[in-house]
Order: sequence, then C-alpha cells, then structure tokens
Amino acid sequence: MKFGIQINEGPYTHEASTTALNFVKAALEAGHEIFRVFFYHDGVNNGTRYTTPPQDDRNIVAAWSELAAEHKLDLVVCVAAAQRRGIVDEGEQERNGKDGNNIADGFRISGLGQLIEAGIQSERLVVFGD
Amino acid sequence: MAILHTVNKSPFERDALKACVRMASKGSSVLMIEDGVYGATKGTTASNMVTDAMKDVNFYVLSADLKARGVDESRLIEGIKVVNYSDFVNLTVENDKVQSWL
Repeated sequence: MKFGIQINEGPYTHEASTTALNFVKAALEAGHEIFRVFFYHDGVNNGTRYTTPPQDDRNIVAAWSELAAEHKLDLVVCVAAAQRRGIVDEGEQERNGKDGNNIADGFRISGLGQLIEAGIQSERLVVFGD
Repeated sequence: MAILHTVNKSPFERDALKACVRMASKGSSVLMIEDGVYGATKGTTASNMVTDAMKDVNFYVLSADLKARGVDESRLIEGIKVVNYSDFVNLTVENDKVQSWL
C-alpha cells in the first residue's frame, strides 16, 4: 500500500518525529511504499543539518537523512514554513539573499501542492504532530 | 467506513481523547500512542469514558510508548490490546482512513 506521511512537529518537541520514523521503518519492512514525507509547520525543523544533539541522544535529523538515502524517500519541507523558521536550501539562499544554507541531506524545499499530491496519490495519509 | 483514530496526548493534559471518543463511530478503532498511552490505564478519571466507549470502539495501545513511560501492562484497562509498530501499520491498512487527534 502507498503511504503519505505528514509531520507537524520539530524533532525535539515531543515525540512525533520519532514516532513517524518508527512508523515509516515498520511500513517499509512490511513491503509498503512511502510516497512522500511532508514536513509542515514546526516539522520543518527536522530538515536542518546544523542540528547537533549530545552524542548520547538520538540524532533525528540524521536518522531521516539515512533512511531517505537507504530507501530513496522523498522528504519535502514546506517552503513557507521553512522561510519563517530559517530552513534554507541553495535556491532559497539565492532568492532571499541569505549568507548560507542548512538543508539536511535527503530533504528538499517545495510547496504545499506536494502535500495535496501526496494526499491524492497515497492510499493512506498519516499525520504525526503536536 | 472504518476509521483508525490515533491519540498522542494524555487525557490529563488535553481533551484529544475525549473529543476522539465522542466522534468515533461504531466499528472504528482508537490507537493510543506517545503520552496518549496514559488514557489506557485503569482507575483514572478517564477510565470510565474509555470503558463505556469500548462497547462500540476497539482500543489499542502502543507497547514501545508504554515501556518508555514505565507503564506496566497490568495497569491497563481490560480489553485494550497492546500492539507494536508492525500492528500500527496493519491497523492503518485495515481501516479506510486514519484520523490523528493531536
């Protein structure tokens, strides 16, 4: 079955991003397809590679990047939510005249249409958040 | 239409479980995850609401989140099924839609 995943919460707010990670891993193990993971609202904070948690803590951003590389996941960060929270890729850096970018490996910045498409193309849309 | 409802907040923090139980129709399922697992414990101000709803609705609780909070399964309301992540995925497949109460 084809799944769309929406994440509305930052990596260290409560537990939603970790729950979503575990759910996606379990779905992939069961042979399901993850059409897209869409990071919305504070969920865009899952997409900065500058995250540096203590060594004995979970690195949730890195876990998403690794899972994306392993399974070719499409991790999409909402552009409007990203701009508000300082999540920047090369394109946004240029467009907004910023002095750098911080998007993590495997993530890309795009619009809300990507969430709508995920809702249409997926057989189930599962929302994790606060 | 069967719907899987997920609740991730404690009933002592927010009204998500209460709102969910009020809206869940006969034959649907409620999965308690994260802090929502506290709603599955017996002898609380929320227990009767859950027990009453169990006539029409199936209740599940995520084992990893129980363990993370040190909630022993002996403290759960009778009839609530303990499930793992693989079961969580299966519940989303078996139901037609998933509604998250955040």
